[in-house]
Amino acid sequence: MTSVTDAAPAKPAFRLTRLFQGLERVVVPALLIAGWEAFARSGVLPPALLPAPSAVLHALGDWVFGFDETTQTYSGHWLRDALASALRVFAGFALASLLGILAGVAIGWSRLFEKTLEPTLQMLRPIPPVSWIPLAIIWFGIADKPAIFLVFLGAFFPVLMNAIHGVKTVDHNLVRAGAMMGASQRQMLTDIVLPASLPSIFAGLRIAVGSAWMLTVTAEMVAVKSGLGYVLWDSYYFLRYDIVLAAMISIGLLGYLSDLGLKVIMAHTLRWQATTTVQGRAG
Amino acid sequence: MAAIELRNIVKVFSDKRRGRDLLTLDNINLDIEANDFVCLLGPSGCGKSTLLNIIAGFEQATSGRTLVDGKQVERPGSDRGVVFQQPTLMPWLTAIDNVAFHLKLKGVGKAERHHRAMEFIDLVGLRGFEHHHPSELSGGMNQRVGIARALLMNPSVILMDEPFAALDAQTKLEMQEELVAIWQKRRCTIVFVTHSVDEALVLGNKIVVMTKRPGRIREAVNFDMPRPRDITSPEFNDAKRRILTLIREESTRLAQAS
Repeated sequence: MTSVTDAAPAKPAFRLTRLFQGLERVVVPALLIAGWEAFARSGVLPPALLPAPSAVLHALGDWVFGFDETTQTYSGHWLRDALASALRVFAGFALASLLGILAGVAIGWSRLFEKTLEPTLQMLRPIPPVSWIPLAIIWFGIADKPAIFLVFLGAFFPVLMNAIHGVKTVDHNLVRAGAMMGASQRQMLTDIVLPASLPSIFAGLRIAVGSAWMLTVTAEMVAVKSGLGYVLWDSYYFLRYDIVLAAMISIGLLGYLSDLGLKVIMAHTLRWQATTTVQGRAG
Repeated sequence: MAAIELRNIVKVFSDKRRGRDLLTLDNINLDIEANDFVCLLGPSGCGKSTLLNIIAGFEQATSGRTLVDGKQVERPGSDRGVVFQQPTLMPWLTAIDNVAFHLKLKGVGKAERHHRAMEFIDLVGLRGFEHHHPSELSGGMNQRVGIARALLMNPSVILMDEPFAALDAQTKLEMQEELVAIWQKRRCTIVFVTHSVDEALVLGNKIVVMTKRPGRIREAVNFDMPRPRDITSPEFNDAKRRILTLIREESTRLAQAS
């Protein structure tokens, strides 16, 4: 017998395990959805108050593809609404990341910036971003700008805090090693401190992207007339809870995808990190 | 002119929380000749690492003068290569990029960096692992990368702070042999901090025995036993006995004083 056939019996068993591992993940959500569908169909609550998953899926399908106009004016407009929200998230998040990393590294690295900048920022930090809504509307009107402003506020502080932490906890000996090899102050920052704080900065970015979606939706409910948050709140006024739920699902999905995208970038950038988890080496 | 001249070095750490000063190094005078392999031997807390850090420029002496090649030490610099107790490599760089980091800081192009680093990768026996990250290498391999990194700067002195302390006994022996081979091949000045009498005797041709708190130089012993040194030979044991006696006298003196 050749080694190829020797190895063959191991393969199907391996596939079965993989299949089972795939199933593991869907058992709980599948049970939840089936239970919800059964409960909604049982008639304990009027269908308008608790739409069945099938009705929500129908609304979502029509919102996306516009096949039978169940969602009336929204029919087929999902992409436009999702894009409007995503652009606000992206604009606010990008701005917050840039300024958060810059300010965080400056505060973490230089005593001067720490003394001059940090107290002000730390005083602004406990103010919930949503409490800025009135001022945001007065300053920027009803459009993209107040939403981007709120997203910025929500995303900035997590990035800032983690960048400060990252820089401050850089291994002191790495800085010594850099000095030993003749690094200038600027090189110390760009070639040692910045890369060494990247894991912490990425942790901040991931928290920030979550806040960004939260605040986009909040802003759209109050201060903007487009986007997923606006559709959600508008449908609530028209008692269309199926669309409300469809909007919630859309937001959840997009939030998940943004985080996933960030995770992929992070895994690529930080591929030098040991790939150990609590349960051992992955892959 | 000696490669390293230490003149009346005193180091006092001020313990702010307890409001008192701690005399760590008390009037150290030492000349280290070029191409010497000097081992600073002493118990933990005797200030031997502090002395090394002062030569490296990481710390400033409270008073006294430190000269390397006749120049006053003010800050760290690439004329003094340091091998740390932990490998202290940039974890985001591969082995070869860590070795060549000094060249990158000087703006040397990538091709030349790698070409020049390969010589030292070979020297420490890491060919085949040059594109691994530190997280993928063992402690001993990472310490080799650290040694290669220090050698590439072609420093006039190499300062080593218990670089093999965290390694297992077998790897430690291997590394000691390789270090001696490198030193013989490249003829550089090495100052090696250790608390192990055996390690000091295997490596050094000059062993500086330090006393505990405050750190003083008890005696500088020349040890010219031919290499490779047989650690079971009578000659080695005689030297070991001599060093141990020095250390023991010191502890009896301390015990009587207290």
